[in-house]
Amino acid sequence: MSLSTPYSKLVLATAVAAVTFTTACKPKKAETVISGDAAQKVYVAPGKLDEVYLFASGGFSGQVAAYGLPSGRLLKVIPVFSQNPENGWGYSEETKAMLNTSHGFIPWDDAHHPQISKTDGSDDGRWLFINGNNTPRIARINLATFKTEEILEIPNSGGNHSSPYCTENTEYVVAGTRFSVPIEGNTDVPINTYKENFRGALSFVKVDPKEGHMNIAFQLLVPGVNYDLARSGKGASHGWMFFTCYNSEQANTLLEVNASQRDKDFIMAVNWKKAEEYLKQGKGKKTPTTYYHNNYDERTHSASSKVEKEVLTLDTRVLKDIVYFIPCPKSPHGADVSPDGESIVASGKLAAVIPVFSFKKMTDAIAKKTFESEFDKVPVIKYEAALAGEVQKPGLGPLHTEFDDKGYAYTSMFVSSEIVKWKVDTREVVDRIPTYYSIGHLCVVGGDNKKPYGKYAIALNKITKDRYLPTGPELTQSAQLFDITGEKMNLLLDFPTIGEPHYAQACPADVILKNQKKIFELSKNEHPYAVKNEKETKIVRNGKRVDVWMTAIRSHLAPDNIEGIKLGDEVYFHITNLEQDWDVPHGFAVKGAENAELLIMPGETQTIKWTPKSTGIFPFYCTDFCSALHQEMQGYARVSPANSTVALKSGIGETAPKNELAKN
Amino acid sequence: MASSDESQQTEATATIDTKVHSDSKGIGKFTDVKVDGLNADHATKGKTVFDSKCSACHRVDETKVVGPGLKGVTKRRTPEWIMNMITNPAEMTQKDPVAKALLAEHLTQMTFQNVSDDETRQILEFLRKNDL
Ligand SMILES: [Cu+2]
Repeated sequence: MSLSTPYSKLVLATAVAAVTFTTACKPKKAETVISGDAAQKVYVAPGKLDEVYLFASGGFSGQVAAYGLPSGRLLKVIPVFSQNPENGWGYSEETKAMLNTSHGFIPWDDAHHPQISKTDGSDDGRWLFINGNNTPRIARINLATFKTEEILEIPNSGGNHSSPYCTENTEYVVAGTRFSVPIEGNTDVPINTYKENFRGALSFVKVDPKEGHMNIAFQLLVPGVNYDLARSGKGASHGWMFFTCYNSEQANTLLEVNASQRDKDFIMAVNWKKAEEYLKQGKGKKTPTTYYHNNYDERTHSASSKVEKEVLTLDTRVLKDIVYFIPCPKSPHGADVSPDGESIVASGKLAAVIPVFSFKKMTDAIAKKTFESEFDKVPVIKYEAALAGEVQKPGLGPLHTEFDDKGYAYTSMFVSSEIVKWKVDTREVVDRIPTYYSIGHLCVVGGDNKKPYGKYAIALNKITKDRYLPTGPELTQSAQLFDITGEKMNLLLDFPTIGEPHYAQACPADVILKNQKKIFELSKNEHPYAVKNEKETKIVRNGKRVDVWMTAIRSHLAPDNIEGIKLGDEVYFHITNLEQDWDVPHGFAVKGAENAELLIMPGETQTIKWTPKSTGIFPFYCTDFCSALHQEMQGYARVSPANSTVALKSGIGETAPKNELAKN
Repeated sequence: MASSDESQQTEATATIDTKVHSDSKGIGKFTDVKVDGLNADHATKGKTVFDSKCSACHRVDETKVVGPGLKGVTKRRTPEWIMNMITNPAEMTQKDPVAKALLAEHLTQMTFQNVSDDETRQILEFLRKNDL
């Protein structure tokens, strides 16, 4: 290959410039901070596997992306809250129900915070939870199949942002509302009655430890402010959950100005064990509401929706000593808990320091009632009484903190675009490194666990100007990989992402690999339209509905000739992939289908609905190149006029329908 | 780069007539399979497994569908070869000369259909019965 393209020249020129000017006062470019062995550290040779799985939210794409680290290779896009043409998610008859909500079928959402399920405060690799922000929902992905199995709508919520953070043993995942809204009785109120009528709801979603099934155990009705992020206590602070709040001004317009008036907003500390006690005493109140609960059954490969009609609430105006406020400088974003559970790190986006609160001091202050005031009937603990200390001059715009296995914390700085490393016990800054650019969340492998894995930090950036070949006004966003094993952080790699990589969690690949499922066993397929055997394929008419029971195997579809469909019929192709070999999906597409196509995994059954719009011959075929004879994997459906006498018949080879002319 | 390998492969397969008997035991976990009188119960079970996992590609007469017709297969192949082909088809078509020749003839890679060792033995029994 020749190196004479203009772009290669540009790259070479930049590299030379970088060498020449390393000692000059030029703004740091990536080339100047990459150390010589970075390429070796991210090189994963062909045939070798990545060490770590990174699960990043797709932000406004509504999906989750799984990347391998250290290579940064995109391994898979897992469809969650948005329809996905690649595999028919949200288009196929089996998966449509997953996107049902009380507002109807919602084919797109905004997904922010992936969370790997925890056992004893560490990632256990069973499930991944993620929030749908706009139409409040929580999804559960099964990490054995990388498939979304459950989506639970969250009532009384607006902007499901502080969600879904899980407790030490995944007893709960929480869903805190970003927008407070009027929630009981008459909700048609003037917007400027925010202070009187708007309230926050913090939902505690119980997770069944065996199957992972979710249900809303209770909602805490809390003061009407904005709830931004959350982290659970662990170890020393197990049983508590910490939420950041902004807009303690309770403004309802021009929030940018009006919600930054006060010097301090709050961290809300929630004693969920106490809430459980109140529930046991029967102090919860059943409140009517409507929300959807969608489940995908792995045995039938099909989803169904259930409508829930009420939720149990606990009102913190009435039931005291569940929640407390801790003042926190200006518009806090993240509240992150150290591995031992003792330190709660809060980041005020507009603050010049990072306050670190002590769980022990906080509980002492509660016991001694060292309160400075009340806010909407919630006690406000004195700032100094709960404070362990402050990280001084950390940088501009601190957002989120995660921890390594050596006693250090890493905080993302949105405004100054950098990661700052500091020592948790002394709160002194020890290193800082630029990011490209505008970092939001960051992730340390296992960085919210009791025992972090450490080794890598990942920056999740909002802006990528000049990082890759430009693609037009809409650039991809990016993630960056840093080696954090030494005293100094080292940039190893940056890579483009799908959508906005809002937050990500990472864990060693072994944790996921041990549970991986490679095929769906045909004998365990309980789909009502499954065909286990080519001889069982058939076609059945019921009024205007025609069901085709079809199989796919390398390299034919059965049946491959279908006649007797009439204009006005609704045709359901139910296709079972008979392969029992890993990594051999088959696709299915039929001309003129207004839906997507299907992608059917080995041993799986999926259905596409097709309503032909004209008479004639319609080819169908497999869309996934599966063998040398893949092109031959095809067939024909004949559509006759509504009053036709052509009999409904289907077959393959010698059983194919023969010589029936149209008679009208 | 690959041309020398490919020509070797063509040479190696060109000389093999897949219709005649071969003593190859194939490659896989089955190295010594004892067969004597037909086990009718196994043959019946084998037919059930064959119908669900093999019949989409193989007929039990002489007709080729996706793969070869299986009439006479127990006369052409050793029991070990048949059982290794069912359980280890990918390696077989890469390394066993007879299986390589069959792939060149039919052009579709046979798949491992998640058949257990016991079921494999039952399928063998069903094919033996088919050849009586
Ligand atoms: Cu195919």
